[in-house]
Amino acid sequence: MRRPTVLGMATVIGLSLLATACGSEEAAGPDGIEGTTLTLLTHASFALSDSTLQDFTDQTGVRVEILESGDAGTMVSQSILSAGNPLGDVMFGIDNTFLQRGLDAGLFETYASAGLSDVPDSFQLDPLNRVTPVDFGDVCVNYWTESLESGPPADLADLTEAEFADQLVVENPETSSPGFAFLLATIATFDDWEGYWADLRANGVSVASGWEEAYNGQFVSGGGDRSLVVSYASSPPAEVFYSDPPVDVAPTGVIDESCFRQIEFAGILAGTSHRLAAEALIDFMLTPSFQNDIPLSMFVFPVIDSATLPTLFTDNVTVVDDPLTLDPAAIEAGRDEWTARWAEIMFG
Amino acid sequence: MKTATKSIAAVVPATFVVVFFVYPVVNVLSTGLAGDGLGSLAGLFESPRERRVMWFTVWQAIASTALTLLVALPAAALVAGLSERRRRIVRALVTVPFVLPTVVVAGAFEGVFQRFGLMSGTVRLHHTVWAILLAHVFFNYAVVVRTVGTHWAGLDGRLEEQARLLGAGRWRTFTEVTLPRLKPAIASAASIVFLFSFTSFGVILILGGAGRSTIETDIYRFAVTRGDLTTAASLAVVQIVAVLALISLTTRLERQRPVATRQPRRASLVVGRAWRWANVSLMLILLGTPVAVLVERSLAVGEGYSLRHYGALVHRTRQLPVPALVAVRNSLVFAVVATALAVVVGGLASLVVVHGRRALSRVFDLGLTLPLGTSAVTIGFGILVTLDEPPLDLRTSWMIIPIAHALIGVPFVVRTMVPVLRSIDNSLREAAAVLGAAPARVRREIDLPIGSRGLVVGAGFAFAVSIGEFGATSFLPRRSDSITAPIALFRLLATPGDLLRGQAMALAVVLMVVVAAAVVAIESVRGTADGGL
Repeated sequence: MRRPTVLGMATVIGLSLLATACGSEEAAGPDGIEGTTLTLLTHASFALSDSTLQDFTDQTGVRVEILESGDAGTMVSQSILSAGNPLGDVMFGIDNTFLQRGLDAGLFETYASAGLSDVPDSFQLDPLNRVTPVDFGDVCVNYWTESLESGPPADLADLTEAEFADQLVVENPETSSPGFAFLLATIATFDDWEGYWADLRANGVSVASGWEEAYNGQFVSGGGDRSLVVSYASSPPAEVFYSDPPVDVAPTGVIDESCFRQIEFAGILAGTSHRLAAEALIDFMLTPSFQNDIPLSMFVFPVIDSATLPTLFTDNVTVVDDPLTLDPAAIEAGRDEWTARWAEIMFG
Repeated sequence: MKTATKSIAAVVPATFVVVFFVYPVVNVLSTGLAGDGLGSLAGLFESPRERRVMWFTVWQAIASTALTLLVALPAAALVAGLSERRRRIVRALVTVPFVLPTVVVAGAFEGVFQRFGLMSGTVRLHHTVWAILLAHVFFNYAVVVRTVGTHWAGLDGRLEEQARLLGAGRWRTFTEVTLPRLKPAIASAASIVFLFSFTSFGVILILGGAGRSTIETDIYRFAVTRGDLTTAASLAVVQIVAVLALISLTTRLERQRPVATRQPRRASLVVGRAWRWANVSLMLILLGTPVAVLVERSLAVGEGYSLRHYGALVHRTRQLPVPALVAVRNSLVFAVVATALAVVVGGLASLVVVHGRRALSRVFDLGLTLPLGTSAVTIGFGILVTLDEPPLDLRTSWMIIPIAHALIGVPFVVRTMVPVLRSIDNSLREAAAVLGAAPARVRREIDLPIGSRGLVVGAGFAFAVSIGEFGATSFLPRRSDSITAPIALFRLLATPGDLLRGQAMALAVVLMVVVAAAVVAIESVRGTADGGL
């Protein structure tokens, strides 16, 4: 809702002071963008500390309004429907599993931020720079340590062993983003991924419609009886951060060999009338003040080399060096056939 | 009605539904079907999978409706037999399940299944169609109890007394005297339950297990996961046609000849004590168990219990853009606006449906009920591609959320008001007219007080619908500081950790209390309005 808040008023006053007293010399942004209001279109998992976007406003004089859609897929579908008359100026949160769809629809304008020099090449999936990588996270099988007396499975193949019968819960790739990422993990790992899923089914895998049901309902953490779940590499630190009563060591762990990499991108939406301010926001997303806020706010990892991880992360997660990946174009081309085939194997 | 008033009564609801529903939906569907739309539509009926999906959608909705009527009708009788004061409280309490987010209720059901060993074995409920039906009964119980119970309480009990004096047994009195007069209200409630079950999303996906699909879940799958808007639009067309057919059918049932209605007192029901207790117990077990599970979870901290999760709602966690209580306040503001819209639009529309010309009446009835049977994806995407230019660039305005909620609330107002208005005894009007009352006065003194009975119950529904709405809200882009409570709750459950889960459960309990209190308050408005009658 648009309503004046103390913060908003402070921003306005701050801006007018900035504009009159400081002039353009102290504002880091290019001339002429002060006073602009940008709309950042993002998915419903977007979160940041209050002060982070305020830093951006202080530096550039540009105010940012956040517009949230449903999940990343909904956001991309909505943007394709409103292409040419975009809902916002910048989109944040399109990931490598939906990237090709957004690129094919011509959603983004090209922009190569100077900050990209600090981002490893492996994250820069679009050579034309229509999108800029901002964070990454891995979708991995998590386990409840206490329940597995003889140790967790070592890799995906182990999940079909009798020892882990009736222990795994996965999400439906047709309705869930981590579910789809895990299907991609199996496709990237096994030539005969269809046979692998048939084995998983025979071993009593449970299919939930979404992450919430899998993790909070069927996994031990939320009171269920399954000790293996498809979740994120950053779930163990979240278990510690939001533990109640507080604990120091995560009750869960991650099977490194099962991790599929999800990279989230930002892009300038084609048709924006605030191109320069939008560029400044993309630049800002690659600065330490934005990147360092990412882990504890969204429980994913910063992409720039110079970012620092909080000890909660360094103590509870190891970032895998060689995660499973697939080319975004291959993902988009294969999606319908793979998910349909998967459904036949699992429910046929 | 004077012609001017008459046209306002028709124009306001017509404009609302055309601008915010018909035009956006037609627009998005024609965009989706441009190209090979017809081919895709035909393809649906040739695909064995989609044929199965359509059949399942229909039969689970019919079964859900039948089961809900079976379970809730006796409770409606019980409610009708209460004093007005108690009736109001029970009516508010049964509304509580209505606002609970599916993801939370589904979690509570699964918790109950785990506790009672229903996850596997011979009596398995986990991931079965039975779990779907059970949840639909849980969510829709209030629809039958409120709609039918209110109507029932207004029936003139003297007819039953006469029948019994003439020697008819209890059962025969019910089937031959009471039931025919309840038919319009039952048809009304049944159509709402059917539409809710027909477009059910979360219940099907979570409780039914991942292998189950309905037209509604397939629209999402095609539109969002696959980005295949043509197939999604074809499915949306099938959904709308099926819903239109259903509403036409029930409208016919609803148009029963008017029966005498008086101001509600107590229905003169003669029921045995055992029967009454059986009913109350069933109500408590069915509605109470999942609610009790939620309350227990909201208080649980480690091995003990505490109110800590409730205290945490005041502070912002990093996972939410605002403190959870601010989200509750947002929801309240939206619900007030949505209810006001729904009451004005639905109230006027009901007058047209009851008193307007036959053709107009049919069109209004169909057009205003349709949003309830239309996929949240269709409505959300429709608004997105249509209301995107000044002066109606509402895509990013907060107003679009209460408007979308009101679209779903209007059918409730219409469906509770129409049977009540229809049941007003014409002889009452004629008597007033013969005694010299002007038509306007007849309306003011006869139709208004009796009609307001339906209106407040409808308003209570519209409020509850808005507070609990998740689907359409999640498909509309919205400013992060105007987050609603159900969306906030879903977000709390999207990150691991006992702290967030506990807070989500506390938020669910707060929502329940808020809605029960609000419905009591809304329905008391009438208590004072016709206190003198």
